[in-house]
Amino acid sequence: MNEIVPTHYYVYLAAVLFGIGTAGVLTRRNLIVIFMSIELMLNAVNLVFVAFARHFQSADGQAIVFLVMIVAAAEAAVGLAIFLSMFRNRETLNADEMNLLNG
Amino acid sequence: MTLPIFALLALLIVVFALGVILARNPVRSALSLVMTLFFLALLYLFLDAHLVGALQIIVYTGAIMVLFLFVIMLLNLQADPEERSAVTTLGTAGTLCAAFVALLVYMVGNTGIAAGPASANFGTIQTVAEALFIRLMLPFEITSVLMLVAIIGAVVLAKRTIQ
Repeated sequence: MNEIVPTHYYVYLAAVLFGIGTAGVLTRRNLIVIFMSIELMLNAVNLVFVAFARHFQSADGQAIVFLVMIVAAAEAAVGLAIFLSMFRNRETLNADEMNLLNG
Repeated sequence: MTLPIFALLALLIVVFALGVILARNPVRSALSLVMTLFFLALLYLFLDAHLVGALQIIVYTGAIMVLFLFVIMLLNLQADPEERSAVTTLGTAGTLCAAFVALLVYMVGNTGIAAGPASANFGTIQTVAEALFIRLMLPFEITSVLMLVAIIGAVVLAKRTIQ
């Protein structure tokens, strides 16, 4: 099937997705939901990489998406482990109550 | 890909992405995110990124989101009635993010350029592997070190109890 969707449409979609992720980080208080919003932002960036890889016929963009996925997986593993030990100590995952460093 | 298919996929992606940040129950957020990632994978397939589309489903929806759901259910997180932020916060955040998106869209502008037809082997495992293991060899190796650090960090953090 012929490609008739202009490349900038993908970038628009990625911008909307990134904006939704940013809104989630700013408004939600549950740490895990904040984390999922960050995943949303990472995926918006991935979409731009894939769209431009297709646009410029270069596989480099797709390879970089692979690296971003690895970083996201590492981030999820460490982040969720941090949440587990936080929950063990404070019995909550509400970001407003994480004020240990508050002077 | 034709425009109607793109519009449908884009609509589904945005609706489920909104579901992620609007759902009160974290499990619903996670499941919405799974659907968002799945439709993104479909979009990747239409962009001739076969390997990335498959990896998106296997790694993201298969591994990362299962980890999220596992932690949510392990901690037995319920919908928090005090979760909802103040109306002013919601309004400010929504306005800021809408302005940010508008700025991005304005900066990208209307190029009106669509990508030409892809070559036959574009996006296959072979071409991506050539990029990954030849030109991007060093970043790839660094991510393997990163994975090792993440594994050790996750085990140490999950095991130790901090007073």
